[in-house]
Amino acid sequence: MKSQEYKSFGTALVLLVIAILLPWFVGDFAVTLAVNMAMFTVLATSWALFSGPTHYISLATAAFFGLGTYTTGLGLDHLPYWFLIPLAGVLGALIAGVIGLATLRLSGVYFVIFTLGLAEMTRQIITFVQNATGQKGILISIWFEEATFYWMLVALAALIFLVGWLIGRSRLGFALRIIGDDEEVARHSGINTALSKVLLFMIPGAVAAMTGAIMAPRYGYIEPLIAFTPMLSFQVVIMALLGGTGRLWGPLVGVIPFSILWEFLSASFPNQTTLLLGLSFLVIVYLLPQGFVGLLLKIKARFGGGRGY
Amino acid sequence: MGESSTVLSLRGATKRFGGLVAVNELDFDVTEHEVLGLIGPNGSGKSTTLNLISGSLRVSEGEILLRDQLISDLPAQKIARKGVARTFQLVRMLPSMSVMENVMAGAVFGHRRRWGREAERQVMKMLELVGLERRAAARPSELTYIDTKRVELARVLVGDPKVLLLDEWLAGLNPTELEEGIALIKRLREEGRTIVLVEHVMDAIRSLCDRCVVMSSGRKIAEGPTAQVLSDPEVIRAYLGEDDA
Repeated sequence: MKSQEYKSFGTALVLLVIAILLPWFVGDFAVTLAVNMAMFTVLATSWALFSGPTHYISLATAAFFGLGTYTTGLGLDHLPYWFLIPLAGVLGALIAGVIGLATLRLSGVYFVIFTLGLAEMTRQIITFVQNATGQKGILISIWFEEATFYWMLVALAALIFLVGWLIGRSRLGFALRIIGDDEEVARHSGINTALSKVLLFMIPGAVAAMTGAIMAPRYGYIEPLIAFTPMLSFQVVIMALLGGTGRLWGPLVGVIPFSILWEFLSASFPNQTTLLLGLSFLVIVYLLPQGFVGLLLKIKARFGGGRGY
Repeated sequence: MGESSTVLSLRGATKRFGGLVAVNELDFDVTEHEVLGLIGPNGSGKSTTLNLISGSLRVSEGEILLRDQLISDLPAQKIARKGVARTFQLVRMLPSMSVMENVMAGAVFGHRRRWGREAERQVMKMLELVGLERRAAARPSELTYIDTKRVELARVLVGDPKVLLLDEWLAGLNPTELEEGIALIKRLREEGRTIVLVEHVMDAIRSLCDRCVVMSSGRKIAEGPTAQVLSDPEVIRAYLGEDDA
């Protein structure tokens, strides 16, 4: 068990070094693709930290992402960019905490609808305020190389993997798995189920907001439809499910092929992207209910003779 | 029996569901180290009573005390932490986890909280007690029915609860398993555990319970030493008469 852990840690370290060195060895187009991959790795992995064990499907990614982009957009005149990223994280965590307290006592279905509605509502409110004040979007005055965005996201990804690994070993992580299996048993075992869920929901909230804050200068100009695009929430869910949420590295396995496929599809069929997104969702749910992780574990169990855990 | 040895008391505990009174002004005490049988015909309010004690349901009126501390206004997880552990009428396993992890849930979050090696040691001790030490790595789906019941029992025992609530733990077992099950609970009794047992199996009630509280239509109709209660004419009329035993 211990040596297994060292092995995983070593593998993670090697992958991290490769990820960091990548921009020096590949072309501009690949770096742009890598920025997207890193962004979705960050979003999908943090999404799965909460939704994996609890089975609560959150569609709030866009809401928090948008919150982050607007933190940068509105804050740049007053505060340095480097300060705005953690600030967005704190705001995201706080708002996720409030939303969690209000909704996580509800059953999963209500939660899904609420999170979807939240992103849309925030978008509509900002649009309304902008229309009322006559303001259009926000111009972002700073600019970075693609590789800089990439490295920031890789750093955030490394942080999330570390946090996820620590949670997996903690009482909180164990509590979440029990809650996901049977909330009634969890409560009667002495677990504060509401608090556990709220605490963990704050992580994807904070991470999506930080990601939004990082990415804002890349857009140059932000307006509600860019910052709060609902497509983002669905993409994150699809990628996480494609990879599988049973393991920390699961979403990553989904993000890489899906990002490449998506790049190709959105370039070739720019008007049918939503349709294709829906189709891919159906295919994944039907063919790979446990994602690539489930598939791999099944193959391992069949050929390796061992168990899948 | 002095006041100090009373572990659990119900005082006028009442539960209404709309117009239906499922539990009606129920009073009884559970003394340390005793096995109390909570018996009565179907629908008499036994399971509702267990749900009130464990916090699955809130009392409409009255109070429930654990060692003179009011617990009936606490949420289920706090009641569990204070030392009330329960099993469920229909066994509830954590399907994605191993037997070991299922029991670990009780060790990590229960009344006496443990973590790491210490928790593992305690879990293995409980698995030995219920006879499942060799199935620690098994998944719940690979277990027989009685073994899932054993896992559930180990999960509630591992946190050293002050009171153990067993909701028809022996139901659905075949005759051999039933014998094993009774022997297992007998062992817990010999260890001095305090147990409230909701049960239909008469043999089990006779051989396990020190005292019985008999319920009918939400009310307590008799209470006392098992042999005496079971020969009470009113009990026979209400319970044995209606049930076909």
